[in-house]
Amino acid sequence: MSWFSQTLTSSIGKKLLMALTGLFLISFLVIHATINAMIFYNDGGETFTHWGHFMGTNPIIRTLEIVLVAGFLIHIADGLILWKNNREARPIGYAVNNRSANSTWYSRSMGLLGTLLLIFLVIHTAHFWIPNRSNQFATGEELNLYQMMLDIFQNIWVVLIYVGGCISLFWHLLHGFKSAFQSLGWNHVKYNGIISFVGTAFSIVIPLLFALMPISMYLGWVK
Amino acid sequence: MATSSRLDAKVPQGPLETKWSKYRSSVPLVNPANKRNLDIIVVGTGLAGASAAATLAELGYAVKAFCFQDSPRRAHSIAAQGGINAAKNYQNDGDSVYRLFYDTIKGGDYRSREGNVHRLAEVSGSIIDQCVAAGVPFAREYGGLLSNRSFGGTQVQRTFYAAGQTGQQLLLGAYSGLQRQVGMGTVKMYNRHEMLDIVNIDGKCRGIIARNLVTGELERHAAHAVLLCSGGYGNVFYLSTNAMGSNVTAAWKAHKRGAFFGNPCFTQIHPTCIPVSGEHQSKLTLMSESLRNDGRIWVPKAKNDTRPGNEIPEEERDYYLERRYPAFGNLVPRDIASRAAKERCDAGYGVGSSKLAVFLDFAAAVERYGKAEANKNNIHNASDSDIIAWGKAVVKEKYGNLFDMYKQITGEDPYQVPMRIYPAVHYTMGGLWVDYNLMTTVPGLYALGEANFSDHGANRLGASALMQGLADGYFVIPYTIGSYLSNEIRTGKISTEHEAFVKTEQEVRERIEKLLKIQGKTSPEVFHRRLGKIMWDKCGMARNEQGLKEAIIEIRQLREEFWSDVKVMGTATYFNPELDKANRVADFIELGELMCIDALTRNESCGGHFREEYQTEEGEAMRDDENFMFVSAWEHKGPEEWELHKEELIYENIKIAQRSYK
Amino acid sequence: MEGNMSLSLKVWRQSNKETAGGFENYKLDSVSPDMSFLEMFDVLNEQLIEEGKEPVAFDHDCREGICGSCSMYINGRPHGPLRGVTVCQLHMRSFNDGDTIVVEPWRAQAFPVIKDLVVDRDAFDRVVSAGGFISVNTGNAQDANSLPIPKEAADDAFSAAACIGCGACVAACKNASAMLFVSAKISQLALLPQGQAERSIRAEKMVAQMDAEGFGACTNTGACSAECPKEISMENIARMNREYIGAKFSSSAV
Repeated sequence: MSWFSQTLTSSIGKKLLMALTGLFLISFLVIHATINAMIFYNDGGETFTHWGHFMGTNPIIRTLEIVLVAGFLIHIADGLILWKNNREARPIGYAVNNRSANSTWYSRSMGLLGTLLLIFLVIHTAHFWIPNRSNQFATGEELNLYQMMLDIFQNIWVVLIYVGGCISLFWHLLHGFKSAFQSLGWNHVKYNGIISFVGTAFSIVIPLLFALMPISMYLGWVK
Repeated sequence: MATSSRLDAKVPQGPLETKWSKYRSSVPLVNPANKRNLDIIVVGTGLAGASAAATLAELGYAVKAFCFQDSPRRAHSIAAQGGINAAKNYQNDGDSVYRLFYDTIKGGDYRSREGNVHRLAEVSGSIIDQCVAAGVPFAREYGGLLSNRSFGGTQVQRTFYAAGQTGQQLLLGAYSGLQRQVGMGTVKMYNRHEMLDIVNIDGKCRGIIARNLVTGELERHAAHAVLLCSGGYGNVFYLSTNAMGSNVTAAWKAHKRGAFFGNPCFTQIHPTCIPVSGEHQSKLTLMSESLRNDGRIWVPKAKNDTRPGNEIPEEERDYYLERRYPAFGNLVPRDIASRAAKERCDAGYGVGSSKLAVFLDFAAAVERYGKAEANKNNIHNASDSDIIAWGKAVVKEKYGNLFDMYKQITGEDPYQVPMRIYPAVHYTMGGLWVDYNLMTTVPGLYALGEANFSDHGANRLGASALMQGLADGYFVIPYTIGSYLSNEIRTGKISTEHEAFVKTEQEVRERIEKLLKIQGKTSPEVFHRRLGKIMWDKCGMARNEQGLKEAIIEIRQLREEFWSDVKVMGTATYFNPELDKANRVADFIELGELMCIDALTRNESCGGHFREEYQTEEGEAMRDDENFMFVSAWEHKGPEEWELHKEELIYENIKIAQRSYK
Repeated sequence: MEGNMSLSLKVWRQSNKETAGGFENYKLDSVSPDMSFLEMFDVLNEQLIEEGKEPVAFDHDCREGICGSCSMYINGRPHGPLRGVTVCQLHMRSFNDGDTIVVEPWRAQAFPVIKDLVVDRDAFDRVVSAGGFISVNTGNAQDANSLPIPKEAADDAFSAAACIGCGACVAACKNASAMLFVSAKISQLALLPQGQAERSIRAEKMVAQMDAEGFGACTNTGACSAECPKEISMENIARMNREYIGAKFSSSAV
């Protein structure tokens, strides 16, 4: 094995990958949330569609999209491998466990939260991204994503699934954001406060913003 | 008196200051190619064992190391708290090799060998250098240089420390050096193995029989030299500050195979331990001697004063150490501090529910440090409560872990009420008799560290055990072993098929089978506790002829009872701590008898050995230099039978005086 | 007997590595609140011997919280309910009369059970052998004060070096990860000037050995540090990550 693959397959290397891809996905969330938030202009989707078109057609963005997909896949695959390795590290568990005494439940449930997010991701991409890109591939034309959102978010079950996804995202981020910095070795008395503050704020703001979208459309606040 | 012809200390001739350096330059060497073919067994991996094993492997010898714990890192050296002495004179307070040598001999009440002790003082500085280089995080000053503190029995600051965990840090340093050699394959490590006998062939020690404690199998291991670094035997008293597993078995087996036992009755009772709280007590916990730097020891002036310590006014307190020993005050040596505490308690001034405790009080130190903090920060009108808060913070930084430990064990907060302390068995100065080379009376068999008798006489000074363990392992044995092994290069591989191995293994097996077969009614633990009680009552802090004679009879009865009524659960074919314990207790019982015989023979008081018949009017120990300035080296002749050999102690460089700390 | 607490104990019993184990229930009366948890086990064992049953095997030695031998998972937590103490320093006054106490061994692939509550922690020794040292042969050292070390670095190194190698971090971690243990040693030596020469190779080798032993990875839950009897900080794990990643990307070992 080369030093590089040796590094990335070590326990610390796998965490490094999780942290780097995690932070990359966090940066994607900022863009995604910002553009989607254009719906709150409540201008019949005009601003949103403008930026959606930019994101769907700009060659740099399209290239980055491939990186994004790779980022997702690596984060998911690496997470599953870690989950498997970590389970193997303790083949026989404890009969009595008082884990809440020493750690938060969500920090121990990153795999579970991630799996919920993965299921959500499948549903979410099946709703928007996959049909849109397939259509672009087939016809060169983009779909009217804004109208699709309005239609899809009329179903209360879909809205609930999306809200559920956002809640999972909140807990996942609440640990993941700070954890990524720790994995990268960023633990310093001078900066821990700001990392913790930004991490918590980010974990609240972004999922809340996302959750408001289906809710707003379902309730007719955004038309 | 003349030294027995059976004892040759082999101390080099010439002036004291040059004995060791001349010896080192002239001791025979073994060439590197031959070292590879010479096997050395090290039993025990505390400071002496780990440092010896690592250093000998670095030199090129093929080393096997054994410990009964699950890892060499757990040896009981780890529990040493206060510090390690070295004659560095970093504090510019007049320290020197000679002073350390002198303090050690005087502290030992003139019962140790000059040559060995001077060598110890000479190499003490190198130990600190070596440990720092190996990454031991000693306490430092803001300038980045090493910090020192005071310890009992000295008037200079020569003790290096790492908070209250000096032993831990030193052991982990030695352990990391050992593990480095294990990783390189130059040391083969045997964890969870207990040495159960030595194997002698043609009068030389040629190996050991060890038991794999996990599988129960007996193993034969051959070597050209065997080093016993197995620590002391304080657990003969059942309650001591030793670890539960600390035992005399390795040294005792060697003794029964021809190694003379030196000064077995010299045991150290440490003055500052947490008092016994009840019948269930399994061990005692030490509060580091370093606490006596700042803590003041006292009892109420009135008998049966049951008020909490902090409510007894100043004028009703008796700071008896400061009263009796104004020059050294609370920092008198351990034997003296212990006896003084016992004297007060026996006289009815003890405190606590058992009345077997005295106060160790930090109130004065808190105030002093608080004021110093105020001065440092230029605050001139600080309130009393601020001063106390700052003072407590300083005390916490210096001794925090010890205070926490005290609180954990007793449930009392030592920042609020004075600690209660009482003396407890802590260390054994006696051990296998060794010559200047650290070799026992069995050729090829060495004893290092607490397992030998050599350096501390009748009383060890604080922070000197760590020094001796590392001195023996790092800087003495690597040289002195050459004088023996240089003659072994033609011996060749020693076969474990030799009849001596077969026979010794068989004897070990028979003893184990015998222990298991008795199936009496009493557990080894109960026998151990009974032995401990006899020893503490009659061969403890104070001894007398009558008591010792009784003790010998009682121990003999106990031994017979043990061998007819012990109940050992389980079998010998798997992990069985009960069997391990039974084996150890059986040896402790035999040792206890010898200790009492030795104490009975030594008709004087010296250091930790206090015979009530031999004291001054003021209650101080009264030595008898004319008749007892010798090392007792006991030869085992058979059951209940020993022969005393004497090694005369000759002091050419020290003026013998009544030991005074007044 | 001297105490007045009655307890129900549920203790893991297992003959050896190969056989499966299970819980046994025991009743203990007259437990004193001043007993340590291990002394309570001594009483249990004496009782078992009297009943002709085999006593419970458990690791213990110094009984003053420094050797790192004791290792019991008590009511779902390594070393029991208190923070910053080992089992041997845990006293029965931390429990109540009538309590049921469940005691299990450390659970980890890398720590197989030897018997009852005794586990094999040799993996830790092998990790140290891989690089947890400074390669300085005896006699090579310069004068101790020729190398001033900032007090802060010395204090931090000491805090990391306070690790007793008990394995509570592994036991507490949901992944049975040994990162707190390994990082404490890497940190101690990385913080000191003496440790600089082997800084890279040490991090690389110790982490490689840690992985080979079968410990899990870190999820940064902080359970290890919260349960560590010596309260070793998570900062050490961050430092180890830096040391390792830095070493891997900059050392000349390919």
